[in-house]
Amino acid sequence: MAHFTKATSIKDWLNQRLAIEKVEKVMASEYWIPKNINFLWAMGMVLVITFALLLVSGIFLLMYYQPNIDLAFDSVNYTIMREVDFGWLWRHVHGVAASVVFLIIYIHMFTAIYYGSYKKGREMIWISGMLLFVAFSAEAFSGYMLPWGQMSYWAGMVITNLFSGGSLHADGLVEWIRGDYVPAQAFLNRFFMLHVLLVPLAIIGLIGLHFGALRIPHVNNQDGEEIDFDEESKKYLAGDKAGSKVIRFANDFMSKDMLVVAIYLVFFFYLVFFHYDFAMDPVNFDPADGLKTPEHIYPEWYFLWSYEILRPFSTDIGLIAFAFAQVIFMALPFLDRSPNTIPASRRGLFKYWFWAMLIDMIALTAMGKVPPVEPFGTIGLYAALIFIGLWVVLPFITKLEKKA
Amino acid sequence: MKNKEPLILAVVVFFTLVTYYLVEPFAHSQMHEHFESKGFAYSDLPEITKKGDVTRGKELVMGAAACTGCHSITSQGLEAPMDAVTAVSAYGVNAPDLSDVGAVFDERFLNTHIRNPAHALKVEHKFTPESGKIHPMPAFYGAGGDIDQEVADIIAYLRSIAPKPDKLTPKMAFETACGRCHAMHYEKWTQIGTKPAFKRKQDELEFDTNVLDYQDSLKKYMGKLPPDLSIYIRSRGEHYIKTFMEDPQQYLEGTSMPRVGLNAEAAEKVIEYLKDSGDAKRHERDSIGWNVMIYIIFFAIFALLWKKQVWRDLH
Amino acid sequence: MENKSRRGFMGMAFGAVAGVGAVASLFAMKKSWDPLPSVKAAGFTTLDMSAYNDNELITEKWRGKPIFVLKQDVSMVETAKKSIQELERLIKIGDSYYMVAIGLCTHLGCIPGYRESTKDFLCACHGGMYDATASVTKAPPPRGLDIPPFKIKGSTLVLGEEGPEYKKMKKTGVTL
Repeated sequence: MAHFTKATSIKDWLNQRLAIEKVEKVMASEYWIPKNINFLWAMGMVLVITFALLLVSGIFLLMYYQPNIDLAFDSVNYTIMREVDFGWLWRHVHGVAASVVFLIIYIHMFTAIYYGSYKKGREMIWISGMLLFVAFSAEAFSGYMLPWGQMSYWAGMVITNLFSGGSLHADGLVEWIRGDYVPAQAFLNRFFMLHVLLVPLAIIGLIGLHFGALRIPHVNNQDGEEIDFDEESKKYLAGDKAGSKVIRFANDFMSKDMLVVAIYLVFFFYLVFFHYDFAMDPVNFDPADGLKTPEHIYPEWYFLWSYEILRPFSTDIGLIAFAFAQVIFMALPFLDRSPNTIPASRRGLFKYWFWAMLIDMIALTAMGKVPPVEPFGTIGLYAALIFIGLWVVLPFITKLEKKA
Repeated sequence: MKNKEPLILAVVVFFTLVTYYLVEPFAHSQMHEHFESKGFAYSDLPEITKKGDVTRGKELVMGAAACTGCHSITSQGLEAPMDAVTAVSAYGVNAPDLSDVGAVFDERFLNTHIRNPAHALKVEHKFTPESGKIHPMPAFYGAGGDIDQEVADIIAYLRSIAPKPDKLTPKMAFETACGRCHAMHYEKWTQIGTKPAFKRKQDELEFDTNVLDYQDSLKKYMGKLPPDLSIYIRSRGEHYIKTFMEDPQQYLEGTSMPRVGLNAEAAEKVIEYLKDSGDAKRHERDSIGWNVMIYIIFFAIFALLWKKQVWRDLH
Repeated sequence: MENKSRRGFMGMAFGAVAGVGAVASLFAMKKSWDPLPSVKAAGFTTLDMSAYNDNELITEKWRGKPIFVLKQDVSMVETAKKSIQELERLIKIGDSYYMVAIGLCTHLGCIPGYRESTKDFLCACHGGMYDATASVTKAPPPRGLDIPPFKIKGSTLVLGEEGPEYKKMKKTGVTL
């Protein structure tokens, strides 16, 4: 057993039992971050803050929400929006954050792609990040079911139908997922469970993995520079703060993180109070009606690109293309054959690949929402083909790349 | 090295805005037809050419024109000859109380409505000669004199008994304009009136049965039950509802929803009432919104000052 | 040495026993997600076809959807017999012909109303029209009303099961 002495202060008392000074060093003051990074490196903190907003607002919504097909709609739109003090605030924060979190996730993802932050020892950061993307998608979809409006119902119908596998006609699987022939009470209850318990648990676990995966390879930097963290941190601790290439996580990096978070929150609360409607589809303010299909059925904006990959093809090919789109990002570290961990701007053909992928995904997103009439159908088809083509050529163009 | 952050920010903002534009304004412009409001002018209907006389109008309403055979005028102490549930099962619709119509409906609209209801309401497709059906409100063919003068008199009387614009509440406007077909359960409104708080379960069940009977008749007459409007302001939006009330046929050709015929002020009041029901906390949201924005800007300023202090030694 | 491998073996054996337990519990979890017996029982609707009257539309319910049943009278059958596509849509039980279809407009899913006098359907939402066999007679609906899976059993019709007559309709494209 360890040796304990009479504590001289509360801090000392805690220190003997929990080694808080050591923890503080490992987690904050001697967690070294490269200095040559820009505000895009603060997106992780922005995501943490957004997740916290979702969690807190979700807890308050949970106290009045009723997971029952007869009561759910009014418990949200009447009880929470009209009766509960500040209920409207929690709902708008929750709805807007659920949408904005995907914007930040996409920025975070494309930052990693641009700077090659998934390579050479950082593969697990990328993979855990993509798993988080999947978990957030499940969280968003299950949450979208809960107000039990028309879009909840029909999105639930359409998305669960995907599991029939086209010509496989796996209707049994679809009915198993729904617990009924159509989305009904069993469906709402199980998606409620997923949304408030199972998926958040998975997200929290994955966030731990994501952060853990960052420790050994360290954070990447914007110049693709290989930094000797031991050497540079010694320099910093010796007092040469300006000359060292690294900074402390807290308060050095943290203060910049918080500045970015603050600017983000200005934008976020503007949306919450004055522009919330983009995140709350009007169609979902009609109660679910299994006897009446809405005129247009489309997912929320962050799913549109993968929805559009499904849409222009015949059922079976569409499903295969859709499945491809869901998993292919996971394989990015292995499809990129280049030895360089440097920004895309210095990487030959990959530079064009990056911008082509970004623009193509925006095109897919746009085409995923408009009705499938010409010329949108054709644009969508080409954008989907380009998406698949870009992934096919990726190993070849990166193989050609010379060592920088 | 030169600071690249402004350029990076510009790129991020650019792509975010492009995406936003494409999935919101652009996509919605492709999905929904957009119609501009015509300012509740009803210019397809003829103008009133004669100046109406209130006393003569009253005689017509109570006598020769036989309005009170179906309509109640509660503000004048005239009750309806039959209750709403019986009326709707007999005619398909319940004749509105005439107390407020002079304040709620446009004069031009009333001018045509009295002579040719189906035309004013734009529901002639439902009452074609082949269908063998006629609009439940009989057309007024005149009481022997100049019909233009007589209709002007009737309207003058209806306007004289109607509440002044500042006395017409949003709730009154809604009830007269929409409330006989549309329920609004967030405001406890049913097609036969506001649901009271009952002490005896039997009374409540009786009331509910009456509502259901009324709705059955209405369903038969309209083809389907008109929707509950509790949060229509959120599901349809102000612009859509306004232009829809002005002319439902331009959005849904062949719909059995009639043109409402409101005047511009009453339309605003109906919208106000829909907001009271579907967006009840809007004033609170706005005022708190501004306070939060001011706070969060302070928050950002302090974050900036802290960052500057911490980073002074790092550069 | 012997001791070590024995320990390794027992470790694996313990792992295997634990694995059996885990798989068994997965089975229970899978079964817990299955549709309940009450839900399944409600998935099949049996209609007694002898109970319907000529030219009287009855709306039944099957899996949350309205099902139109319209027994054709003599004049309707004669009209239908003029066109092979029309006749193929009808279900023949004994000597009677029935139109059985999901009562949702194939345009946007509204419920069309039946008019006994003109023997046709009119959709109040956008004015789509169908004849007595539920074929489209006026756009916008893209196709006639869909026919639910059915199986003829004597004088009854079981909705939810696929009988040979239904499979044939599906194959020939009479219904989706």
